[in-house]
This record gives sequence, C-alpha cells and structure tokens, in this order.
Amino acid sequence: MMAASFTAAAQTSGYKNVGRTPTPQEVQAMDIAIGTDGKELPPGGGNAKLGAQLFADKCMVCHGENQQGSAQAPALVGGKGTLTSMRPMLTAGSYWPFATTIFDYIRRAMPRFQEGTLKTDEVYSLTAFILYRNDIIKEDDVIDAKTLPKIKMPNRDGFIPQNLDEIHDYKKRGCKLGHCP
Amino acid sequence: MKPKDSGRRSFLKNTAALAGLAVGAAQTVSGQAAAPETSSARAKDLHGYGERSKFETATRLGAPGLYDPAPPGYHRDFGFRTPIQDSVGFITPASLHFVIAHGYEPPDIDPAEHHLLIHGLVEKPLMFSLDDLKRFPSVTRAHFLECNANGAPSGPTGQFRVSPNATAQDTHGFTSCSLWTGVPLSTLLKHVGVKTEAKWIIGEGSEKGKHTKSIPIEKAMDDVLIAFGQNGEALRPQQGYPIRLLVPGYEGINNVKWLRRIKLVEEPYMGMWESTKYPSLRPDGLSRWFQFQMGPRTVITRPSGGQKLNGAGFYEISGLAWSGGGAVKSIEVSTDNGKTWREAEIQSPVYPKAHVRFGFGWDWNGEETILQSRCTDELGERQPTVVELAKFWKVEPEFFVKTGTIPGHFNAIQPWKVNADGSVQNAISF
Repeated sequence: MMAASFTAAAQTSGYKNVGRTPTPQEVQAMDIAIGTDGKELPPGGGNAKLGAQLFADKCMVCHGENQQGSAQAPALVGGKGTLTSMRPMLTAGSYWPFATTIFDYIRRAMPRFQEGTLKTDEVYSLTAFILYRNDIIKEDDVIDAKTLPKIKMPNRDGFIPQNLDEIHDYKKRGCKLGHCP
Repeated sequence: MKPKDSGRRSFLKNTAALAGLAVGAAQTVSGQAAAPETSSARAKDLHGYGERSKFETATRLGAPGLYDPAPPGYHRDFGFRTPIQDSVGFITPASLHFVIAHGYEPPDIDPAEHHLLIHGLVEKPLMFSLDDLKRFPSVTRAHFLECNANGAPSGPTGQFRVSPNATAQDTHGFTSCSLWTGVPLSTLLKHVGVKTEAKWIIGEGSEKGKHTKSIPIEKAMDDVLIAFGQNGEALRPQQGYPIRLLVPGYEGINNVKWLRRIKLVEEPYMGMWESTKYPSLRPDGLSRWFQFQMGPRTVITRPSGGQKLNGAGFYEISGLAWSGGGAVKSIEVSTDNGKTWREAEIQSPVYPKAHVRFGFGWDWNGEETILQSRCTDELGERQPTVVELAKFWKVEPEFFVKTGTIPGHFNAIQPWKVNADGSVQNAISF
C-alpha cells in the first residue's frame, strides 16, 4: 500500500528506509492544531451555559469572576472600540480574528498548570462561553465542529493583509527593514 | 516595575565590580540559591565538563515576569536577556543565549523517546527518531536568533529599554548568535514528498503550552534547519533540546523549540501567539501580521550603557551588526552624534543572517559626545533612525513609547552618550 508513494519519495530524496510510518493513532494523538476551516475539530460540542460553570471551576481563579483578567491572566471580554486608543484592550471579542483559535488554545494550553486535562466537550463549552460573553453567539447556541468555523469574529477584517493567500508574500506586501507598511 | 526588581538591578550595578560571586548568585535564573562558584559546583569534575573562570560573571537577566512565585516547572520571569555588553566575537555561548519560552520551563526530554512527526499534505507521513535525523546529511551554519520585541520601547521591557541607565543587555539582550548544526528541513520535506497544495508548514513544540507557528513553504524549503546542535554540542534544554526549528532571519517565535511535529497545510493556522499577540497594531486600529523578517540592526557593545571610560585616549569601539534580510554589507560608526559617519572594520566572518563583529578605532578627546552605529544589508536596506522608523510606521516617534502594545522589530539606531567623566548612558529619545 505504501510501495508506490515510498518509491516516489525514495526517488526524490535517495535516503532509503529513514524514518517510519506513524500509526493512525499516533497521528491522531498529536494532530491537535485547528486551522481556520476547523477540519481537525473533534466530535462533540457544548454551549455557554455549561461553559459558565466550568469557567467558575477552572478559569475564574486567574481570569476573574467577570472575565476581566488579573495580573496572572488576560481579560477575556471587553475592549470593543479601544483598538485606536493608546491603551488598546485586546480580547477574543475585540481582537482575535478566528474563533477556531479559542478552541485550539484552550485545549492546547489551558488551564495553565493543568494543561491537557479538559475533555473535548468542556473545551467546546468554554469556547462557547467566551463567544457568548463577547456577544458573538447566544447563550444556548451549540458550538461544535460545524458551527465554530462559521463564526465571523468582530475583528476578522482588522489585519493586513486580510486575505490569507497574500500573507506569505513578504516582497509583494512592500515589507522593508523588517517592517510591513 | 516591581520595587524588588529595581533593587536587584541597582544592587547588581553597584556591586558588580567588587562582588562577582554575589552577582552570580543574585542573577540565577530560577531565583533559587544556586551559585555557580560554590563548593558544590567545585565538586563537579571540571576535567570532564568545564566551567568558566570564577572571575567571569556575566549572566542572563530576567525581565519582569507574570508568575511570581511560579509553580514548579514554570519561569518566574517572562524572558532572559543575553549580556551582550560582555560579548566577544560573534558567537553567543549557549549558556548565555537569550531565552523566551512564553513562560514555560524546558520539558525534560529523553532524546531516545523523542520523535518528530512530519505529516499533513505529504506523500508519505513519517516519524523520525533523533537517530533517524542524524542519518541525513547535516549542515552547520551561523545564524542569529532575535525576539520580535528586542529593544521594544514599550511593553514588558520597555521601561528598561528607554531608561538612561539601560545597559546593552536591557536595550538589545534579546538577540544571540550560534553555530547551529542540523538537517535542512528541505531535505526532510523532499524525503516525505510535499503535495502541491501545501503552502505552509506548522511547527509544534513539546512544552506544556505546545507552541505552534505557521511558516510559508517557500521559507521551509529555503534555509530552515531541524537543529540538534549548537556551538559544537547538543542543544541546551532552554534552546529546544533535543531538536528545534531554526528559521534564519525570521522573528524568534518561528524557531519552535522541543519540536515534535511539522504539518503541511494550505493556510496559516492562526495559532494564538501568531494571530493575537505578534501582530503589530497600528494607530488606525489595523494590525500588520506575519512580518517574519527582522530588519538590519547594530549595537555598540563597548562602550555601552553602564560602562565607564578611563579618561581621554584611544578606545576600540566594538559592536555587533546583523540583518534578517541576509548578509551585512557595510557598517558605519559616528562618534559625533550622527554628524559624520565612517566605515567600521569587520572583525569576524560575515555569514548571511548572522551577527558580525565590528570595530572602530577612536581617540576620545575627553568631551561629552554620542556614539552610534548603523549597517546596510545585502538587500540595500539601511538601519533607520527613530524618526525614519516613525515615518515608515506613519506615526510620531513618541508613539513607540506611549503605545499600549509592543512595537515589534524596533531596529532603530542606538545612541550611547559618553559623559565627560567617562560614564556611558542610553541616549535614545522619542
């Protein structure tokens, strides 16, 4: 089954039998990064009501009772209209361009000091709670692999270049001196 | 700034000349009482693995941190700057290479257990052990690594950077240069077979936060390394042991440490750091993101802030130059506050996207003056002044100190003021 592609690869590189084919389980266990189209999102789902209780149990200690943040963790709500001020407040609601990033980052790195302990449905519910608290979804909207990638975040168009296809071309963007105008 | 941090820093400045031993203890990264020159350290077999002289006391210095005290396994400080003012040559010792890991301590990885998975839009996904990686031809190249926020005039380290008492460590300590040994990523990508739809790679680390970064395939196929060696030995844990991505000339955040996975994908994956923390917010509310390449930059390391000249006479001005755009082509020094500029002497090998050591002979007449340096890279780009940088950003210079975000890539010319008494101060102004 691998013979055809292996032959092709070996012809390209000439390095025979270096590396081994991973099992599907190995790939699945590591394949945690969620792109903007959400195709790696796992089965399951949640909503903001469930997320509120989880937040109180696992997140509030750092992010604050009203998600206002603390010295240990950033605010998760607010900041609308502050991006042009000298004290911009960058939250998921005011700044983050993609909702998929919220799911990805919670599952990957939260709660800090207990990373990897949340179940998939809990991650969906916490994602829903943050979206709800930023007035992006309703309290009982279901967030899952289908609904999450479809959410347009309020600041999605606030990044240059807006089109993801144009990001890679540093020269075409007119970047100079390590800066892109 | 935390008062005790301020106290620690002034303590260091006041006692550095007299109490090298105490300084070594005070600057210990973890804040624990691990002094490198104590009897327990002496009990180590220094014939087996050496240590520097007890008279050499330069150490990395932490920036004010988020977690104080931190739970086990986490940095107290957010980042540790290299003592660039004490550097010689163009290579940074691995033990002094700056460290930023977004607050995570290095994972304790047994290289025999570690694997790199390359998958996604490839013909044949493969898992490589460290031994597998060493079966490929490797290369050794000099490259600098620099934090996007190196020298940023605002943000967590901004107040240190603009202080008249700032040292070069405060202003430019988030850059370092090493001889990196590893396998070109292009070799591995050709080996697994890249599908034509693949336009980006995402790299992912093994630390608790599992840092991810999206990098264009053009760069991945160009000069990126899977590095396992640094300055002739294995990577240090703080630098990604056993393997890391090395992405020459690009913002430090691209150089994923403790690398466990590379996935080939069609679009950038918009990880938390790259899509929400590293874009540069402009005054009009729009953000530039994925700026990648660090600009041309220099800093005079000697004489620099906090050092003292011993009366009028000859001094060799010494400094470092680098550019993410390629090789440094020329370096100029001004000893009269920018009125005249003269070519400096290049005193080390010149490699693309690497530090270069420069020197400039100077007869100091004992009067107050300002020393500056600037470089031009092989793309013809010349290091800007603060005013030129502000014009490029379409802001007033004071924006750089007043903004509530971190102005990244701040590669403006660094002025050092030499006072008539020989003391040297940071003279950056906005």
